[in-house]
Amino acid sequence: MSQATTTIPEVAATTKVKERVVEAERLTKLVPDKVHTWPYLVRLEMLVGTIVMAFMTIWSIVVDAPLEEPANPTKTPNPSKAPWYFLGLQEILVYFDPWFAGVILPGLIIVGLMVIPYVDINPKGNGYYCFKDRAFAISTFLFGFLVMWIVLIIMGTFIRGPGWYLFLPGQYWDVHKSVAITNRNWPEIFGITGKIPAGLFGAASVIGFLFGVPAIYWKVRANKSEVLQKLGAVRYWITAFFFMAMMGTVLKVILRLVLSVKNIMVGPYNFNI
Amino acid sequence: MAEQKKGWFDVVKSSYVWKSMFRHEYQDTYRNRVLQVSSNVFLHLHPTKIRRHALRLRFTWCMGGITFLLFLILVVTGVILMFYYRPTGEYAYHDMKYLQFDVPFGMIMRNMHRWGAHAMVIAVWLHMFRVFMTGSYKPPREFNWVIGVNLLVMTLMLSFTGYLLPWDQLSIWAVTVGTNMGRATPMIGQEGPFSELLGVDARYDARALLTAGRLIGPATLLRFYVLHCIFIPLIAAVLMIVHFWRVRKDGGISGPL
Repeated sequence: MSQATTTIPEVAATTKVKERVVEAERLTKLVPDKVHTWPYLVRLEMLVGTIVMAFMTIWSIVVDAPLEEPANPTKTPNPSKAPWYFLGLQEILVYFDPWFAGVILPGLIIVGLMVIPYVDINPKGNGYYCFKDRAFAISTFLFGFLVMWIVLIIMGTFIRGPGWYLFLPGQYWDVHKSVAITNRNWPEIFGITGKIPAGLFGAASVIGFLFGVPAIYWKVRANKSEVLQKLGAVRYWITAFFFMAMMGTVLKVILRLVLSVKNIMVGPYNFNI
Repeated sequence: MAEQKKGWFDVVKSSYVWKSMFRHEYQDTYRNRVLQVSSNVFLHLHPTKIRRHALRLRFTWCMGGITFLLFLILVVTGVILMFYYRPTGEYAYHDMKYLQFDVPFGMIMRNMHRWGAHAMVIAVWLHMFRVFMTGSYKPPREFNWVIGVNLLVMTLMLSFTGYLLPWDQLSIWAVTVGTNMGRATPMIGQEGPFSELLGVDARYDARALLTAGRLIGPATLLRFYVLHCIFIPLIAAVLMIVHFWRVRKDGGISGPL
């Protein structure tokens, strides 16, 4: 067992491995845009995975999950809040009846998200970050995601207290707080009363906003705009419906805050918007 | 001593049993790099070679992968919690206390399951955000975006059904607020528009279907437990298989053409 016999093969082995690595790198460079998944991607995944798991472990050691008193159906907490990721919808519940805020709106959000790839026929901006080439698509998405979702969730989580009234963070939660409600329906502002005339006026306002506005825009712009011609009527109407529904939701919130509008339309069988 | 000295690992590696498990050498060669991925059932989720830009964290944020990892963490911690938790009105809350105070590592398993669920919701949103911002839903990936939206819904449903299981005041009332929306479903909810026309009542409406009765009670707990542990995870798993497979079939991770 002289030293030479143990060291020389080792040296030979390492040199050979090095040569092979060099050879692999050389072959990789023949297709410049592609790299081997092993090791380049796998090692990155390993690294990110380790960081995420370490982060989760530390988080779980430091912060305990909440556990309150046992469930008691006879004792309603004030405020009762939905899980935080649904608080944007609970916030909308202030302004709309539950059938819209809790059922139709989430449905519209889900379907609206699913139709995006089918109505966005702009070929630019595929596979890279870019604002200029898709200004409308990105602005609309950012508005929906940041304003309608994230901001409302933050509001619902941090500044809604008992009775779902607004309380600033740190402010005392007065459970007896009440604010007189002086809301009126949209037709009343125009002096239209009576169930049927007011209902018809409300329905006309809603339909006019959802479909009339896009129809006028189409009529005025369709012949001049190349984008609209490429889009075609069907895709235009799908886009317009979801866009106007989103904007209409915001518009009603604004109308409530500015003009104290309770409902735009009061229909039969609780069909209020 | 002309023969090369073999270490114990070389002996193991040249054995019949080892070779039956691992079909190729580990040495860093061009061929082995490819085999390492293509001959491994877990790694062959990936192609053997990928485009260089797909490695950039600035591009992908790694959010899809992080979401999947969080799902796996939730499966593991969730199965451990299932050993100690009984989804009945009389035991559920006590089992939570038992988990927190008596079960070895029970608290950290519970914490990791809860925080992991929150993290997964956020990771899914960030993944969707990234995919939108890079325009990665554009052809040929339209349908995979649709699958992804469904996975987003499944994630929220998993999180929501799990919210009830601790059976404390927080969970029962959060789920009450959430499921009350079912009552307002048009046509099929007791208080929804036009439900009068169909004669829908509180015992047989959309909410009662979700909560197994008129009140949030033990029947609801069992229903949410089954939805949470079996029904929705299975659907989510199937959708995930399709989602990952479509990433490959639609040309891999998107990038500038």
